[in-house]
Amino acid sequence: MNTKVTIAGVTLNNPVMTASGTFGSGMEYSDFVDLNRLGAVVTKGVASVPWPGNPTPRVAETYGGMLNAIGLQNPGIDVFVERDIPFLQKYDTKIIVNVCGKTVEDYLEVVERLGEESVDMLEINVSCPNVKEGAIAFGQRPDSLYDITSQVKKKARQPVIMKLSPNVTDIAEMARAAEAAGADALSMINTITGMKIDIHKRKFALANRTGGLSGPAIKPVAVRMVYQAAHAVQIPIIGMGGIANAEDAIEFLLAGASAVAVGAMNFVNPYTTVEVAEGIETYMERYGIENVTELIGAVEE
Amino acid sequence: MAQKKKTTVTVVSQKQIASQIYDLWLETELAEDARAGQFVAVYPHNAATLLPRPISICEVDRDRSRIRLVYRVAGKGTAEFSACRAGDGLEVLGVLGNGFPVEKAAGKKVFLMGGGIGIPPMLQLAKELEAEKYILLGYRDQDLFLQEDLGQYGQVYIATEDGSVGVRGNVLDIIRVNALQADAIMACGPMPMLRAIKKYAAEQEIAAYISLEERMACGVGACLGCVCRTGKIDHHSHVNNARICTDGPVFEAGEVVI
Repeated sequence: MNTKVTIAGVTLNNPVMTASGTFGSGMEYSDFVDLNRLGAVVTKGVASVPWPGNPTPRVAETYGGMLNAIGLQNPGIDVFVERDIPFLQKYDTKIIVNVCGKTVEDYLEVVERLGEESVDMLEINVSCPNVKEGAIAFGQRPDSLYDITSQVKKKARQPVIMKLSPNVTDIAEMARAAEAAGADALSMINTITGMKIDIHKRKFALANRTGGLSGPAIKPVAVRMVYQAAHAVQIPIIGMGGIANAEDAIEFLLAGASAVAVGAMNFVNPYTTVEVAEGIETYMERYGIENVTELIGAVEE
Repeated sequence: MAQKKKTTVTVVSQKQIASQIYDLWLETELAEDARAGQFVAVYPHNAATLLPRPISICEVDRDRSRIRLVYRVAGKGTAEFSACRAGDGLEVLGVLGNGFPVEKAAGKKVFLMGGGIGIPPMLQLAKELEAEKYILLGYRDQDLFLQEDLGQYGQVYIATEDGSVGVRGNVLDIIRVNALQADAIMACGPMPMLRAIKKYAAEQEIAAYISLEERMACGVGACLGCVCRTGKIDHHSHVNNARICTDGPVFEAGEVVI
């Protein structure tokens, strides 16, 4: 049985990754799961300088999901390079660094710094809905997505994954813009912008008022968007949005994803990533599938 | 520190001990390493309520591998827990957080101050702390809980907001009315109480260790949901934020901006 998948020339031991922001840099969850069992660890977004993030409350539970508005708190690239990358290098897993910024220059600075590091891929966050500047501002219009993608590609020494926002009218158009600008892969979906109000206090549940919705509640939206994007572009797609088990992950693969990422469900079950990896193998055995790549886009049309 | 894990625990017993307040004993190997001021995160069974509920540890019985949680029903998740009966299983993530630094107050004259649902962690603290203990408890009204358990470990003083029992007012009013003094404070309770304690401790130039609370998601330091502001740049985050779930929930009051 072969569970390896190759994305932009990088071969992963299996198609299971972590979704940025839900797994730190792997350290916290290494108490629970063997990181060697993961295809890749995708880190929390890192910027050129430390970011304090948003005020609290930053998280709120919603029906079958949760809202977050962390605001991309991160220690900055210097600490990240000294502490987080060496930690991840101890494991037989690929390292994908999520990059965020307020301006194009911010992104390029981080991308250039990472060019000297042993990092396997870069994931460019143009879809965080919780910061006032940058992030989603680059990811909601095809022309601005094209622009930042092409600028990042000029500087990047590793393959570039563009992480797309679901908060757009036409996901296929966004996917095509990223591909046309040279993106090596896409990851999707980031969170869906949402809001929760406490009716007893008549206050917003989040200090930021709006937040990003994640968890099983968003899975059908994510599967649909992965399917649409997979039909719009040739580059590989990393699918995510509410994956709780192997069945969910396989749904994404069949919809056209080449790999999958586990996000909010890490909080619910810290063993989810490894359980998904094992469950995909069980499914392959059951259906006599030799290569996991046979599942990619294999839904009957 | 022992490795954190998510595990199935068995309900030994549960009873209601005050309005909306439940007293739950769980049998679990997590008891082995649990300390005063630490917490566990309890998962509702209902998949619509996904996130674990952080609940402080009230008491630990290592010999029988049991932990006691005394919690208030605050929403759907805790309402579900309150229906648990002996023999039921619950999914629990633990043991989480740093706990109270009992060694820093050993042998001293210490105020243990609990307000409302911040009272439960004072019990295990009172058991572990070898010091001259003054236990100051603040309640809303005469619907008291745990005051008898705590009485075994030190002199208990009570304040109620409506004055129905003890001093009218809050835990700081107990200090004032009784002219009490201490070398250190360990406290858990609502934010206005913790702010007042921080101010009092600074005026008295004594150390205060306060247990904070915030909306949490992961409970293990990964999601950065439950941060509190810190006076100095935090060693982990490299900004003025510490993670309540892992760097806390207990902080030296002078270190946090509340």
